Amino acid sequence: MLTTTLCGVELKNPIIPASGTFGYGYEFHELYDINILGSLSFKGTTAEPRFGNPTPRIAETPSGMLNSVGLQNPGIEKVIGEELPKLRDCFHGPIMANISGFSLEEYASSCEKIDGEEGVAWIEVNISCPNVHDGGMAFGATPEKAAAVTKAVRAVTKKPIIMKLSPNVTDIASIAKACEAEGADGVSLINTLLGMRISLKTKKPIMANRMGGLSGSCVFPVALRMVWQVYEAVNIPIVGMGGVTTAEDVVEMMLAGATAVEVGAANLVDPFACKKMIEDLPSVMKTYGIDKLSDCIGGAHHG
Amino acid sequence: MHKGIYTIKSNIKIAADVYEMVLSGDTSAITMPGQFINILLPEKYLRRPISICDWSEDTITIVYKVVGGGTAQMATMPVGTELDCLVGLGTGFDTKKSETSALLLGGGVGTPPMYGLAKALLREGKEVTVLLGFNSKDDVFYQEKFEALGAKVVVATADGSFGTRGFVTDILPENKDVFYYTCGPIPMLKAIYKALGTKGQISLEERMGCGFGACMGCSMQTKVGNKRVCKEGPVFDADILLWE
Repeated sequence: MLTTTLCGVELKNPIIPASGTFGYGYEFHELYDINILGSLSFKGTTAEPRFGNPTPRIAETPSGMLNSVGLQNPGIEKVIGEELPKLRDCFHGPIMANISGFSLEEYASSCEKIDGEEGVAWIEVNISCPNVHDGGMAFGATPEKAAAVTKAVRAVTKKPIIMKLSPNVTDIASIAKACEAEGADGVSLINTLLGMRISLKTKKPIMANRMGGLSGSCVFPVALRMVWQVYEAVNIPIVGMGGVTTAEDVVEMMLAGATAVEVGAANLVDPFACKKMIEDLPSVMKTYGIDKLSDCIGGAHHG
Repeated sequence: MHKGIYTIKSNIKIAADVYEMVLSGDTSAITMPGQFINILLPEKYLRRPISICDWSEDTITIVYKVVGGGTAQMATMPVGTELDCLVGLGTGFDTKKSETSALLLGGGVGTPPMYGLAKALLREGKEVTVLLGFNSKDDVFYQEKFEALGAKVVVATADGSFGTRGFVTDILPENKDVFYYTCGPIPMLKAIYKALGTKGQISLEERMGCGFGACMGCSMQTKVGNKRVCKEGPVFDADILLWE
């Protein structure tokens, strides 16, 4: 009833904690059995270990939050050697590996390393982090650059590649199309929206990095609109995300065209958010007369 | 960590802009003094992390200062209000680190976690000296409560309107070779670190996203790698801090 198939891999439900909001999973496993999740996208991983940006790197906004964490992670070697085994010990479903980089070579090298890892069903390639310079979002800013990253990672892995797109662009559909043309198996969207806050007390930006990525329920309509636009433009599956907070949001995102749905900021406010959405889905489906959740995918576009 | 609904049993002003709130609910997840709770407030997206001052089998006492919209909202909440809280977050003070006596230093609203700590240390039969620093007489709170526990208490105020004029570092005991525990504003903590060295535990503050280790928003670099203020902290051994 809740199953969905993403790039040939079946998920027991479409709920996937989004990268950067769920660590490497095992810490949430202390709270509940994370095997109820469709999948999980682990913390964005780069070739080298990174501390990220200076603090403060969190600010609150109306119905949302800004973060400028800047890809803090232990680096691909340690993720493969330590984090992934710990995750596999507690999670037996398909894992989405989230990979970031600062050059085409780095993206390719990290994807090649993760390619042989057991349990990794998809590689989500982050070309949209707004919090790092000379990388991240820069690769997702134009169709040409997005295509170049897709091509580079396509050459090194047979695993499905899902390109994670930035909303901080003029035409997200053209970028999705460029990824599709170079062999991407799917796209995920949206990453956070670039924003900022200034403290009236100090009269300075709240975050040390000045700007950060906006997420939370406030971005949901923007994310939904972009999923809609990309669905109209490509034939590969879309992982929809951005402000998803309730089971109703999940259905709405799927109606716009999402095959699966990532949940981000909601996990940070309620560590049980994904569990609750999974539990709530059957009753929401009943309310709206949905027998099979995957029948909803793109449903709003037809007729 | 426990997520639950907690009911306000009392919520009273105890000093200038400072309130004491008692919540009733499940406290089984609280394992050590210096941990905190994270409170969901109406109309606010992120929870508000507040240190635990004291706890019993079914109550949690917090003391908070009104510093913004969220805490202002809390100050107006009547008895009976139900709050969604994450309880027992973070790593608190390790009472085993001190031997037969301990020096506790609290600055302003860094004072509350010192109360639960003093209680625990006294229960272990240790001699506890509490040094409290406030800006002014109107800001002073909990002095009598610490005394009632059986701790030796000395208060300093920056303007001299109560106790000794000056900062907590002006009222340090002669014997500085005693394990210390502290919480307060960063300049105070750094002054204490400079005066007393690394034989202590320091509770830090940082802007948090989740409060339970998921978002990496409050990370800090230390001599022994990256630490999350909300998870490995907020209490850290002074000797791992990069404060030299």
